[in-house]
Order: sequence, then structure tokens, then C-alpha cells
Amino acid sequence: MTDPVKMTMIDAINRALHDAMEENGRILLLGEDVADPEDGGVFGATRGLSTRFGEDRVKSTPISEQAIVGAAIGASLVGYRPVAEVMLMNFMTVAMDMLVNHAAKLRFMSGGQTSVPITVRTMTGSGLSLGGQHSDFVEAWFAHTAGMKVVIPSSANDAYGLLRSAIDDEDPVIFVETLPIYWAQGDVSFERIPIGRARVCREGSDLTIIAYGQMVPHSLTVAAELAKQGKSVEVVDLRTVSPWDRDTVLASVAKTGRALIVHEAVKEYGVGAEIASVIGEALFGQLKAPIQRLGGAYCPVPFSKPLEQAFAPNADSIGAAATALLS
Amino acid sequence: MSNYPKPDGPTLRAIYEKAARIQFNDERVIKEIKAGKLVMPFYSTRGQEIIPAAISVSLTDDDYVNTIYRGGHDQIAKGFPLADYWAEIAGRVTGACKGKGGPMHLTYPAKGIMVTTGIVGSTAPIANGLAWAAKLEGKGRVTIANFGDGAANIGAVHEAMEGIRVDGNDPDEMYGVARWAIDRARAGEGPTFIEATTFRFNGHLIGEAGGYMDKELYAASQTRDPMPILRRRLVEEGIVAAGELDALDASIRAEIDAAVRTAYAADYPDPSELKVDVLVDAIA
Ligand SMILES: Cc1ncc(C[n+]2csc(CCOP(=O)(O)OP(=O)(O)O)c2C)c(N)n1
Ligand SMILES: [Mg+2]
Repeated sequence: MTDPVKMTMIDAINRALHDAMEENGRILLLGEDVADPEDGGVFGATRGLSTRFGEDRVKSTPISEQAIVGAAIGASLVGYRPVAEVMLMNFMTVAMDMLVNHAAKLRFMSGGQTSVPITVRTMTGSGLSLGGQHSDFVEAWFAHTAGMKVVIPSSANDAYGLLRSAIDDEDPVIFVETLPIYWAQGDVSFERIPIGRARVCREGSDLTIIAYGQMVPHSLTVAAELAKQGKSVEVVDLRTVSPWDRDTVLASVAKTGRALIVHEAVKEYGVGAEIASVIGEALFGQLKAPIQRLGGAYCPVPFSKPLEQAFAPNADSIGAAATALLS
Repeated sequence: MSNYPKPDGPTLRAIYEKAARIQFNDERVIKEIKAGKLVMPFYSTRGQEIIPAAISVSLTDDDYVNTIYRGGHDQIAKGFPLADYWAEIAGRVTGACKGKGGPMHLTYPAKGIMVTTGIVGSTAPIANGLAWAAKLEGKGRVTIANFGDGAANIGAVHEAMEGIRVDGNDPDEMYGVARWAIDRARAGEGPTFIEATTFRFNGHLIGEAGGYMDKELYAASQTRDPMPILRRRLVEEGIVAAGELDALDASIRAEIDAAVRTAYAADYPDPSELKVDVLVDAIA
């Protein structure tokens, strides 16, 4: 085992891709500008990989998300493990046919004769003044599509460990990278983290906050604040949005009796609704307060700074919701 | 190119005026970003001014245009009022889109500026619908769909259209072919695909290094900046006196200056605006 190393999430992703490709010659990379002659990705996530592994395995593509995901699917059907990059999550919409009608369904529709072990990496997040077509979280669409998995890491270590597992996984995995925490530093231990398992990242007894991605650091800030007022908040990082870890979430809420679910995606019809529903079904009668959800406002991500700041949950709004639940 | 219409003196002057407004505005946006006064992604159109300037002198406010995140030149050529433009990119409630759209989604239907998209490849399919509606209406409105060379990879962009390649930096060629295509479209004779070659001086996005640009090509492009070339020509051919051009430039810069000041003085939208314009009725 290697000693933990401090690095950014983006460097952890680069390392995970590097280590996976080093270990397995069938792992391929493709996407817009991912190879080194094109700078190794818009943010440099794939920098160095085409130089190290050659442009036969690391390919820059034309601007055609349909072609990117389609080619990944094709190569995966015959024994390769492509990791496709779709620059921003909004551009996944252009490849929805490939993702929803093909990647998610070929295993089932072929009666298990074929499968699509691809990873689709994509980046997103509000807060960067990019407006309505460059900031969305649409993980609920994919979580709602049977046949694919959805992973959203909250730290550099999780990004490394979950990406390694996503690449190993036999099913299509949508791997969502949150831009505003891309450059946050953390200790990375270079171990795989299993898909489908949540992590209790802070223990507490009065309230469970269930979050993922950037909402995890926000929730931890809130938990630390509330601890000063004698309130004990447990924070569960879902890590995998689909299939999600019911056992860990239910055990936590059974203990605390209160649940607050937080995501940046628009609250309406979001992942939080599913989690709230399952908690309600399983723990009705044991709850000390109604389950609460926080999510993005029901509107496209706005450009203007004050509007954008009011769009997504943050430590202030999470803190207010937690305090209300505890009083 | 000899069969295409030729721009006369006043038309060349009009092309210059639009192109200069585009150039000065672009330079001012970059200046404001570098001074930290604007926080936004900016896709400069420096070097590409002649294309939309030479197209839009043959258009009216009733004609439609769809453009992309790199759309400042198309918008300004089509008459986007600078005050509304600047208030929008400054995120103010007085902006054309109340600050909600920002630089990548500038929209101004009163001048026919219908869609500005951040999605590569999405102008042409929507332009088809605008053109269809215009055809049904029968008033001879023309629709322009702008996109970059990279967008040609998107399937929906491929149309059975007659294609012509022109030097987009040459106002005579650009005007002639655009005029011919616009007249053809106005007469209901169908679409034209014009591939206008040009050179984007400032890379993809202001703030990134642009290491992918070929150094020799870049250096060569700088000696062929279409703006000073057109300016010089206007004087040499006696179309506009040098002094008059100086006055024109100064008045455009003053117009931009006023737009910037008015924009910064305006208010930001109230957070309650998150509930407005999502659906026809405000969200409860
Ligand atoms: C569907 C989609 N994929 C990727 C992007 C990211 N992106 C923004 S601009 C751009 C390059 C487009 O090149 P081109 O069409 O030639 O236009 P240019 O920017 O050169 O004017 C890319 C890939 C996007 N906006 N939309
Ligand atoms: Mg281009």
C-alpha cells in the first residue's frame, strides 16, 4: 500500500486513469481534446496520458458527443474498456440516444449476450458564471434509466477510488465531476472504493444529512457549526447515486430520527425525492420530524451572480434547514 | 466570384461601421474582463468581423439570425443595442435577458436575434424551423444560421444545401456571395451553405493560453487583419475621408463607453427572479 498523497481532485482523476491504463491494456480514452496535442483535456484531466500510452489508446475526437459515446459502446462490446469524456454534463443531452437507448439497454435487450462496460466522465456545477447550458446536474435522468450506474465523488480520494471501480465495473457508469471542487486538495490513498456504498463521514445522533458531491463539504461545515451549539449531526456521503446504499442511509436515519437530503440538482423530481420516499416507507413511525429536501431552484441555472448564488444549496441554506429540523 | 453583386462605396462604409463596432466592443469586453470588472466566459470574435458585417448589410430587422456563444459579431452586426448587450453581460436586471442568460445566450428578438446557444451544432436545426415559419408567412424573411467549423461534425447540421466557399475576410467576396444567397432565400429559392474562411485572433476563450494555435499561421494572420485593411481602402479609394473615419470610430467608442457606464450603474436582479420566466406564469 502506498502512503497517502495530497493532490487535487483533477490530479486524482488523472492518476486513476493513468493507473488503470497501466494495469490494463484494454482501457481506452476518448473525448474532445483529450490527447496531449490538444492540451490533454479542457482542464487537463487527461494530460500526459496520450504521451504515455499512445494516441491509439487515447483519442481526441471531433465535436460529436453521439460519436464519442457510440464509439465507446462499440469498443466495449468487443472486449475493450473505454473511458469517454463528455466535456460538460449538459452536452450529455446530445448523446442521450447512445446513453439511454443503447449503453443502458444492450445487456438486457440481448438477453445478457452483450454488455457495455464503459465509463462516461463528465463535468459540471454552478458557480462559475457559465449560465443555463453549462452548469446543470442531470444525474436523476440517468438514475431513472435502468441499466446504468451513477457516481458523484465529493473529494480527491473518492474521485480516485470510485473512478478505478467505475472502470472495473461491468456496467455503464456515469461519473460526474463537480467543477467548483475540482481544485480542492485532499489526501489520496490510491485504493478502490466500492460502487454502491455510502460513507458516514461524520457521526452524530440528532440528524442525518444525506448528500453527495460538493454538498458533502458544505454539510460537513454545517455539522461542525451545529456541534458548537451542542447539536449532533451525522453526514452521509452517498458517493454512488445509483444504485444507492439504502442500508447505510436507513441505519443512520433509524438512529437519528431526522433526515435532510441535499443535492445541487433541481429539487423537483430529483434524487432526493426517491431517497425521501424510501426512508418514509421503511421508517414511518420512527421519524421525529418530516423528511426535508434541499435542491437547486426550479429554474435553469442563471448567469447573473446574485441569482446564481441563490440557485444552489450552500452552507447557509443547509444550516438553516438543519436548524429548523432540530428545533 | 465575378458573377456576384459588388458592394458600392456606401455599402463598404456600412460594412466598416458594423465591423468597427464589433471590433471595438470586443476589445472593450476583454479590457473589462482583464480589469476584473466582468466575470464571464468570453469567446472573442476579433479577426472575424467582416463576415457578419458583410452579411448583415443585406438584412433587415425582420430577418432572423441564430448564433453561438462566440456570437458578439453576429449580434452586433444585426443591431443588438449596446446598452442592452452590456447590461446583460454585466448580469444586470436591465440586460436584454434580465441578466439570466449572460454572454452565451444573448437574445434580442426585436432585431431578429432569436437564439444564441452554448451548444455546438444547435443553431442550424432551429434555424430550419424559423425559416419554415417565415416561408409559411410569405413575407420574404431570411434566416441566417451561424456556426463554427467544429459544428460541422454534428449530424443535424448536415443539410442538402448548396455550398460556396469564400474568403470571409474579403468584404467584396463576402458581401457578394451573401447578397446573392440572401436574395435567393428571400425569393424562396432555398438555402445556401456559405463556408467563410477567417482567422480567430484570440484563441477559443479569453483567459486560456491558446497553445493549440499554429504559431506560423497565427503570425501570418496578424499581417492580414481585415480591419486596418478595409479602413485603409476606404480612404485610398476616396469612399470616406480619413477625418470622417476618425470621427466615426470616436463616436462608436463613445457609444460603447456610455453602454458600459449605464450597465454598471444598474441593479442586479432580485433573487425572486428565479421564479419568473421559467414557465408562462411565475412559479408559486
Ligand atoms: C455539444 C457541445 N459539445 C462541446 C461543447 C464545448 N465547446 C464549446 S466551443 C467548442 C468548439 C467549437 O468549435 P467551432 O464550432 O469551430 O466554433 P468556434 O468556437 O471555433 O467559433 C466546443 C467543443 C459545446 N459547447 N457543445
Ligand atoms: Mg472553429
